[in-house]
Amino acid sequence: MSEMFFDAAPNATRVAPARPLPRDYPATKPGDVYLFGTCVVDLFYPEAGLDAIRLLEREGVRVHFPDQQSCCGQPAYTSGYTDEARAVARAQLALFERDYPLVVPSGSCAGMFRHHYPALFADDPVLLARAQALAERTFELAEFLLEVCRVQWRDQGPPVAVALHTSCSARREMNTHLHVRALLDRLDNVERREHDHESECCGFGGTFCVRMPEISGAMVANKVESLERSGAARMVTADGGCLMNISGAMEKRAAGMPSEHLASFLWRRTNPAAVSQ
Amino acid sequence: MSARERILAKLRSGLAGSIPRPDDFEPAVVTEPWRYPDRAARIERLVELMSAVQTRFERTTRADWPTRVLDLLEARGIDRLLVATGMAHGARLAAHIEGLAKAPSLFAYDRPIEAWKSELFDSVPASLTTTRGAIAATGSLILWPSADEPRLMSLVPPLHIALLEASRIQDNLHEVIETEGWAAGMPTNALLISGPSKTADIEQVLAYGAHGPAELVVVLLEDA
Amino acid sequence: MNQAARIPAVELSSRQLKANAHEALNDAQLRTNMRTAMDSLIAKRLAVMPEAEREPLRELGNHVRARALSKLPELLERLEARLTANGVQVHWAETVEEANAVVLDIARRRRARAVIKGKSMVSEEMEMNEALEAEGIESLESDMGEYIIQLDHEKPTHIIMPAIHKNARQVAKLFEQHLGEPYTEDVDELIQTGRRVLRKKFLDADIGVSGVNFAIAETGTLLLVENEGNGRMSTTVPPVHIAVTGIEKVVENLRDVVPLLSLLTRSALGQPITTYVNMISGPRKAEERDGPEEVHLVLLDNGRSQAFMDAELRQTLNCIRCGACMNHCPVYTRIGGRAYGTVYPGPIGAIISPHLVGLENAPDHPSASSLCGACGEVCPVKIPIPDILRRLREENVKPPAAASAHPLRGQGSKYSPGERSLWRMWVRLYTSPRLYRAFSFALTRLRRLTPARLGPWTLNHAPPRPASRSLHELAREHLDHDRRGADR
Ligand code: SF4
Repeated sequence: MSEMFFDAAPNATRVAPARPLPRDYPATKPGDVYLFGTCVVDLFYPEAGLDAIRLLEREGVRVHFPDQQSCCGQPAYTSGYTDEARAVARAQLALFERDYPLVVPSGSCAGMFRHHYPALFADDPVLLARAQALAERTFELAEFLLEVCRVQWRDQGPPVAVALHTSCSARREMNTHLHVRALLDRLDNVERREHDHESECCGFGGTFCVRMPEISGAMVANKVESLERSGAARMVTADGGCLMNISGAMEKRAAGMPSEHLASFLWRRTNPAAVSQ
Repeated sequence: MSARERILAKLRSGLAGSIPRPDDFEPAVVTEPWRYPDRAARIERLVELMSAVQTRFERTTRADWPTRVLDLLEARGIDRLLVATGMAHGARLAAHIEGLAKAPSLFAYDRPIEAWKSELFDSVPASLTTTRGAIAATGSLILWPSADEPRLMSLVPPLHIALLEASRIQDNLHEVIETEGWAAGMPTNALLISGPSKTADIEQVLAYGAHGPAELVVVLLEDA
Repeated sequence: MNQAARIPAVELSSRQLKANAHEALNDAQLRTNMRTAMDSLIAKRLAVMPEAEREPLRELGNHVRARALSKLPELLERLEARLTANGVQVHWAETVEEANAVVLDIARRRRARAVIKGKSMVSEEMEMNEALEAEGIESLESDMGEYIIQLDHEKPTHIIMPAIHKNARQVAKLFEQHLGEPYTEDVDELIQTGRRVLRKKFLDADIGVSGVNFAIAETGTLLLVENEGNGRMSTTVPPVHIAVTGIEKVVENLRDVVPLLSLLTRSALGQPITTYVNMISGPRKAEERDGPEEVHLVLLDNGRSQAFMDAELRQTLNCIRCGACMNHCPVYTRIGGRAYGTVYPGPIGAIISPHLVGLENAPDHPSASSLCGACGEVCPVKIPIPDILRRLREENVKPPAAASAHPLRGQGSKYSPGERSLWRMWVRLYTSPRLYRAFSFALTRLRRLTPARLGPWTLNHAPPRPASRSLHELAREHLDHDRRGADR
């Protein structure tokens, strides 16, 4: 693990990673999981959500998608509207009662469930117990595919160079960068291109991008430049927020490259039918 | 109430109902990664780190060091050396140059600073001091300035020559503090010196000789 | 007398972070200078801090600081007792005015005409230079970086490298203009000029002022780190030494500084240690031939005790002022230190300034972060900076009059009934499946009507384009009914 943690790439400006968060993974693949779609995927990248379902189903896992789910509460939480975040979080907490793992196609929302729900409900013993139980069984999608499903894939797509962007909270709370790298590296025809300042924030930051649009704009502009310099033909990310930010900025600038959610990329690469489409 | 009492009262109320943390200091964290098997390894580490910041080493012996000091002064055309002539090493150096045709003049820091401030600042090209020891882990000399070797001796002259006995190099700062019992009595001034004075304040370009010595030479007595 | 020092620095308002940032973002030179400098500092730190050493050390660093804070009043008293026994005079100040009064008292008693300063961020908090100048006392910075910016009537933009925002060309021009030196961009020559000018000043100064990195209660020792030697000069050559520091800087034992020292110099500069570690435990003794006759320590509160009252915010006071959080901050890297308008910029500035100047005077500071977490990841004493930023946002949007266990100065500075009701609507929408269904239906079906300009979003982005059908809808189609319920 530790070696994975030392980013080996010659990128002097990378933030040194924190220590691995120790986590035990279930020894056997569960029969059922919940999927939390996230608010951004729901309305902007629903295909990615569906691809996540397909990826999981192909591993023989039954996917449950409680229809009443909405948002993890993070936008309000990070804006300082803690009571409002708690109200929304509480509604989600009631939806995932069974002992199934909760799989989330976004590291930052997964981090919200895993690290911040227990803090949100610290004052209510009953809800706290539930939040802690949910935190224990929350997984980011790539993590779940890699560590729990232990996927064995065959890359079906043509050679391509991709750049990976990882959301900061996904990186720091969920180690998503490591999981996604490991998954991408299993695809024989996919060349993963590092980009300079890879670990630097893209400037999204939830409501930060609209509260401080100029600073955020400078950050995403630099991110787009770095991605372009990498020479990659596509950008993938496991986070809808960053995807919206980076692809929106690329489009506005008529720069950059096609970009997509990791779930869609993985499904397309490993599913012959999708490739031939 | 005085400012003191108000501040303390406020801090106390902030702590009301809490208990102080027990002391869980784990010495291994600051010692184990910085242990060196023997004297040679300690020397190697010290020389490596200090050389990396432009410290020069003269590796010599108890018998030879005066010659080496004179050589390095001569190489720089320096004819005056500030040294504690009342201490053993000063006397040794004085005895060594006696009768030499060409030798620098030795003089001591034997007056209060007020009596010769501008002379010290303007016309002392070099000083020689002893050291109390050194720390391999960080590449540092340990100096406890004294009446014979006051604080400014290691700071004002452009060239500082430091005598170091190899047996006095220890592994790390924690070990020094503990084995020498520093906590029981600190001098008015204790110093760690890890190279010549430097700055990177302009564009992060490293420049030596900022306010202190531009050159530091460690005369290492390997048999002492 | 140095002319530069007499003209008060023109500073940007700390209330206008956003507007200040606008200016900074459009300053291409600043952007380049900052990016280059921060990249290099990041790389240097990484090179000397292998993970295997770093993480246990950070843990220990955090322990030492947290333990000190857990008995802070007691340690301050012990420090005072030990220092007093050593012959050091200890002064307490709740406000910067009180602290300046202490300094001015000493200066008057000593009939001081010139003060030379080593680097001290607390003296920046006090605006000590201005206070002394107002009394006709010259106050000159001797740290090369501080000296450069004092010449240019500026304030430090970084807590370790005050002139980090300038390049050699800018310094060369400054020296040419103010010191009448021939123009040179050779850094060695520039430094030699500074050395020459300042050496005279050390000789003439009546008082030397310094900060403190760690104040050790056990031994009554003030520990200072530096590379240049100006700190040693300032604390040794003049007959009086005044050290100024915040009340949080105390540590319990001498050995406690071992991990902190190692963390500080490596996090700040990527150096295993600084050139000088200067441990001062008293004034000159009778038999000694140099060192100050008088040593004073001024302990300043200036809002720190407000942070201390709250267990979460108290962690802010763990800070050892290494600057690593700034070096790794994508926001600081882009807007520089000046835009913050506070003495401490960057992430540490964002979490400490609300206590020093009040949230009302730093209303945007907690929001000037994407909460990316880089700061918390590198902080050598493990301050959960992102959590504290979020907490301060919460304090900032509370109604100003709302009850609070430990009210913060300027609570509710960003309170907006309008925004709060928007979030309440958001709660209704996201807790009512029926409403949410209607909302997402409308959004996806009217997707082509998305306006071309959508507030701040479309400044940087193409207009957002909702999908034609939501994941809820796709899932309804794809999954059988019993996998879509709430399972209750
Ligand atoms: S908050 Fe942490 S990283 Fe930032 S200056 Fe303080 S100690 Fe260093």
